[in-house]
Amino acid sequence: MADTVIDIQDLWFSFGDQLVLKEVNLKVRSGDFVAVIGPNGGGKTTLLKLMLGLLTPNRGRIRVLGKAPRSVTQRIGYVPQDIHINKTFPISAMDVVLMGALRIHPGRIRQSCEDRVAAQQALDRMQVGKYNGTRIGKLSGGQLQRVLIARALVSTPDILFLDEPTAHLDSQGQSDLYELLRQLNESITILMVSHDLTMLSSYVKSVACVNQVVHFHDEAEITNEMVDMYHCPVELLAHGIPHRVLGKH
Amino acid sequence: MLESLQFEFLRNALLAGLMASVICGCIGTLIVVNRIVFLSGGIAHAAFGGIGIAFFFGIPFLAGTMGFSLLAALVMTAVTLRAKHRADTIIGVLWALGMAIGVILLDLTPGYTVDLMSYLFGSILAVPPSSLWQMLALGCVMIVVVRYFHYDLMAMSYDEEFARLRGVPVRFLYFLLVSMTAISIVLLMRVVGLILVIALLTIAPFIAERYSKSLYQMMLGSGALNILFTLLGLWLSYRFNLTSGASIILVAGFFFFISLLFEKRAWVRYCLRVTDHGEDRP
Repeated sequence: MADTVIDIQDLWFSFGDQLVLKEVNLKVRSGDFVAVIGPNGGGKTTLLKLMLGLLTPNRGRIRVLGKAPRSVTQRIGYVPQDIHINKTFPISAMDVVLMGALRIHPGRIRQSCEDRVAAQQALDRMQVGKYNGTRIGKLSGGQLQRVLIARALVSTPDILFLDEPTAHLDSQGQSDLYELLRQLNESITILMVSHDLTMLSSYVKSVACVNQVVHFHDEAEITNEMVDMYHCPVELLAHGIPHRVLGKH
Repeated sequence: MLESLQFEFLRNALLAGLMASVICGCIGTLIVVNRIVFLSGGIAHAAFGGIGIAFFFGIPFLAGTMGFSLLAALVMTAVTLRAKHRADTIIGVLWALGMAIGVILLDLTPGYTVDLMSYLFGSILAVPPSSLWQMLALGCVMIVVVRYFHYDLMAMSYDEEFARLRGVPVRFLYFLLVSMTAISIVLLMRVVGLILVIALLTIAPFIAERYSKSLYQMMLGSGALNILFTLLGLWLSYRFNLTSGASIILVAGFFFFISLLFEKRAWVRYCLRVTDHGEDRP
C-alpha cells in the first residue's frame, strides 16, 4: 500500500482562548487527492497552515513526509487563499513565480537560468506565459491565481496545498484547473480546501471534513455521518446539486 | 547657481544631499513596501533620547545616538513581531518618550544649549567632511547588503508567509531592515534633519512605486527623484534664502501631489491600502 505522506496524531490548536481544532487524527496516503471541506471558521485554513509549519500545534504531532513540517517546506507547494495581498507591490509575474524556486537548492540564494526556464514553463502550463513581464497589479484575479499556482508548482513539489484555488476563476478556468490537478495528481499528493463540492466526485479521491474536529472519509463522497455529526455540507445544500456528491443513503 | 559651487560648504551640502538621496531611495523603498513608515518615524523621534544621553553623559555623539536608536528600534520590532495589534501604540509611546528624555536631558546638561531645530530640519549647509565619509561608507554597505539579500527581501516584502515556507530568514531580515533604517536615520538626521529624512524615505518611493516593475527599479526611481528634490530644494533655498531642509521637503511634497493628480485612482488605492493594511507588519 502507498506510504503515508501526512500523519497527524491527536492534534489540538487554539488561537488564544478560542479552540479551533481538537483531537485531530489524519493520515493522508501518497498520491491521494483530498478535498478539505467544512463551514467557514471551521479550521480548514488553520489545519493547512499547521501542516505547512506556519503554525505550531498546542498539542499533538504532525509528520509531513516523515518529518516535522518546517523541515520539509522546500518539498511542498502552497497556493494561499488571499491572492490580493500586496497587489500594488512592484513585482512582475515572473518574479512571483521565481519566489517559488527561492532557496530550493541548499546554500544558494540567487536564481539560476534553470530556475527561469522552470518558471516560464510553470507559467506556460497555467496558460499565463505571455504575462511573464506584467506587473501583478495589472493582472485579473483569475490570471493572478494562475500565477500563484505556477509559483507553487515551479519547485516540483511532492505535496501540493491549495486554499480555495477556484475562488477567482470562471467556470472554464475551474474545469481547466481541475483537469490540471488531475494530471498533477498522477505524481503529486494534493490537498485542496474548497467550497465547490459539486466537483468533488469527479476529481478528488477522499474528503476531509473540518469543523473543529476532522472527519476523514476515504471516498469522494459526503457521508450521512458528516452531515449529521459535523454539520459540514452546509454549502452543499445551498449549492443545490447534492446528487453528484452524496452517495446512496 | 554654478558660481555658488566655489563655496566649499555648498559643495559639501550638494554631496550630502546626493548621498542622502541615494541612501533614502534604497532603504525608503524597503520601508514603504514593508509598511514600516510609522516604525521608522518612531525610530527617528526616539533618536532624540540618544542625543540627550550623548550630551548629558558626555559620550561621543554618534555612539550615544546610534546605540539608543538601535535599542528603541529593536524593542519596537520585537513588539511588532510579537503583539502586532498593539505595535502602533507601543511605537507611539516610545516615540514620545524618546523625545521627552532627549529634551529633559538637554535641559539638565550644564552650560550647553543645543538648537533642537537643527536636528529637526538639519543643517545641510554646515556638513562636516567626516559626515560625508560616514554617509559614503553607509551607502556602500547598504548597497552590498541589499544586493546580497535582494531576492530574500523581495520575497519577504511581497509575501512573508510564502517566504518563510521557502526558508527565507524573515525574522533576521526584518531586524536587519529595521537596524539599517535606524543607522541611516541617525547618520542622516545630523545632516539633513529627521523630518527631511522621513520625507526622503517615503515620498519618492511612494511616487516611484507606481511606475516600477521591480523593487530594483523602485529603488533607482526613488533615488533619482530624491536627487531631483534635493537639487531643486537647495537651489530654492539658495536663491530665496530659505531653510534648506524645509525647501527640499516642500519640493518633494509638491511632486507628491502632482503625482496624485496624475493618476486619480491613486487616492482610492492609497485609501484602500491604509484601511486594509494600515498596521505595520513584520
